[in-house]
Amino acid sequence: MMKDENPRSSADEKRLQASEDMFHSVRLDRDKCMGCTNCIKNCPTQAIRVRNGKAVIISERCIDCGECIRTCTHNAKQAVTDSLDSMEKYKFTVALPAPALYSQFKTARTRNHILTALKRIGFDDVFEVAEGAEFVSNATRQYMKENEIKRPVISTACPAIVKLVQVKFPSLIDNLLPLQAPVEAAAGLAKKKFSEQTGLSPDDIGIFFISPCAAKMHTKNAPLRGKKSDIDELISFQDIYMKLRSAIKDIPPYEEEDIATASSFGVRWPNPGGESLAAGTKKFVAVDGINDVVEILETVDTNEDSKFRGLDFIECLACKGGCLGGPLTVKNVYVAQVIMKDMRSEQNCRYKVGELPAKHVDWHDLLWDRKPEHIPVDQLSPNMAEAFRMLSDMEEIGDSLPGIDCGACGAPSCMALAEDIVRGQAKITDCVFKLREKVRGLAVEMFELEGVMPPTMENSSGETDAGDGGETETSYIFDIEDGVRGNNKEESNEDRDEAERGNPADSDKVNSAEAVHSRGTAERSSGTGADWDRYPGSTGAAGKEGESIDDKRYGGLYSGHFADWHNL
Amino acid sequence: MAEENSMHIETPIVKDDFASAGEASSKVKKTLTMLGVKPSHIKRISVAMYEAEINAFIHGGGGMAYTDIYPDHVVIFIEDHGKGIEDISLAMQEGYSTASDEVRMMGFGAGMGLPNMKRNSDDMVIDSSPGNGTRVKMTFDIR
Ligand SMILES: Nc1ncnc2c1ncn2[C@@H]1O[C@H](COP(=O)(O)OP(=O)(O)O)[C@@H](O)[C@H]1O
Ligand code: SF4
Ligand code: SF4
Ligand SMILES: [Mg+2]
Repeated sequence: MMKDENPRSSADEKRLQASEDMFHSVRLDRDKCMGCTNCIKNCPTQAIRVRNGKAVIISERCIDCGECIRTCTHNAKQAVTDSLDSMEKYKFTVALPAPALYSQFKTARTRNHILTALKRIGFDDVFEVAEGAEFVSNATRQYMKENEIKRPVISTACPAIVKLVQVKFPSLIDNLLPLQAPVEAAAGLAKKKFSEQTGLSPDDIGIFFISPCAAKMHTKNAPLRGKKSDIDELISFQDIYMKLRSAIKDIPPYEEEDIATASSFGVRWPNPGGESLAAGTKKFVAVDGINDVVEILETVDTNEDSKFRGLDFIECLACKGGCLGGPLTVKNVYVAQVIMKDMRSEQNCRYKVGELPAKHVDWHDLLWDRKPEHIPVDQLSPNMAEAFRMLSDMEEIGDSLPGIDCGACGAPSCMALAEDIVRGQAKITDCVFKLREKVRGLAVEMFELEGVMPPTMENSSGETDAGDGGETETSYIFDIEDGVRGNNKEESNEDRDEAERGNPADSDKVNSAEAVHSRGTAERSSGTGADWDRYPGSTGAAGKEGESIDDKRYGGLYSGHFADWHNL
Repeated sequence: MAEENSMHIETPIVKDDFASAGEASSKVKKTLTMLGVKPSHIKRISVAMYEAEINAFIHGGGGMAYTDIYPDHVVIFIEDHGKGIEDISLAMQEGYSTASDEVRMMGFGAGMGLPNMKRNSDDMVIDSSPGNGTRVKMTFDIR
């Protein structure tokens, strides 16, 4: 019965285990992360926490949208991508440039110019993802003719959207367009084409997707059609940019090869609206930016009567500006849009819309062979009785928190902290205000204890104590102090981690120890006092120096004695 | 507020506050999700409740939404003190609406609210008469 008595902890263990095992497209550079909490606030699925001073991603919640990569100014959130070095692994390599690549070079004259440059930097051949987009467009039009499908159909070329629906909108799973994304279609066609052309086994043909997108790594690792994706390697725009740019510089017009096949239709795809136009309906809406997408899907999900319900197609792209604004792009999204207009102009396309030579691809070959599953991340417990209890605890805790969503606890909001607490992943003293309340209580207790000290102990000072027995509170305090400053003292790992983070619970453990053991000499209280100054509302240091907080912050300037108004 | 194995939620539906219209049902939706209620049930409940909430907002001049969640069923009770419904069976007809053009411009008033509520709930009772406001009680089996 032990297990039943404590279902939370076993569930949490599983959850953490799952976090380790599950794959996602973003990783953290621990050295660069400052624990600033910027990213936790911007995550659309509240998938990030700061723990022990570093950001942690809760894998099952992460939809790979790349928002945190953009948000982090310390460059600590990085996309998981492959390296160009892996070209050596294959006998024949093919570059599959995402259409957005055409928008990244001001100096490129034509798509052929860029495609030729890809060959110059070492790829044996090139296959445009835009060509895959044309097949997917055709398949979408065919699918939309079916009567039995749920409308509005929600686009799935953006993998972050599929995962968003899995996590947040399970009842819209049936609205998802069950087709491979252009890059997967292109990868399949390219594998086939080049293994036939070279006589090599498909495994010897390396398909390199040149990607603006972090989320596509998820597609590569967990495809919805077939056991293994035909994409072998995923190369970030950023990693290939410099090489490609210098190759582009060296190619005169007469050396441009005639490679580009896709029509403006396929090239237009990464712009918002590109896919909808390809779907062949006028009743569509194109939404870009993950927060807007969440809002629209929310409306579709609950509001049966809404105008959205009359729509045939909703195109959703996680990035503002679509894939042109992908997290791995180099150019500003608006600059990219301008360049793109030029690149997809008709004179830049050998084939006109619908003329693509290999257009006879059976659209059924692009259909998913499995349905994405609901990922119930918000469910508190598989046991409903337990979930009821947790929910009620959570409300109670939530009500007791200040509700200012400051983020200092490492959770994106006070309610999120309350949820983390009932899930056993955080504690109430992670809230700096709660901690302060507790400290105040302890201070009162300490004061009272001061009063009840037996008079015989009046003469023993802290220093003497330390000299007498090593195991006294003095050395204990030093341990903690050093720990707080991040010294590599001999401590258990756990202690060190906790201390580095200035772990509140741990510190108040110390304080209560102090309250019991010592009489609180001036030295000690100022020692630990300095530490408490890191939390709002403490008056320690500022008070001592006789300076007001405002004086400190504005360095006296605020009073403005010498601010001649002409200077403004 | 929760007693053992149940949960009670009260949310005001505030007159003319367009920014918060739909909040009561989205709060219930969130709660049901955390409790692990099946998505298909959550969908039914949130669609029906949204309609009832919007009716209380648009036609009833605001009111209160009370939700009780139990392990096997959910009860939603929405009341307003607005003008009330003159002919309930007429109001229940698909497409029937007294919404003004202005309200229609805002995307409400397709006349499908009450029929949708009926269709999505397992039991629905309306108590309303002119001048006495409207009370709607819907029950949902969530087993
Ligand atoms: N809470 C209410 N108070 C007053 N009248 C209501 C209320 N709910 C519904 N009605 C009446 O019933 C009609 C039909 O409601 P409904 O089916 O929801 O369609 P709609 O809200 O689109 O008009 C409304 O137009 C209104 O006249
Ligand atoms: S934004 Fe997130 S990942 Fe970047 S430094 Fe701050 S906490 Fe770390
Ligand atoms: S919009 Fe494009 S680049 Fe951004 S996540 Fe979606 S597929 Fe990737
Ligand atoms: Mg209505």
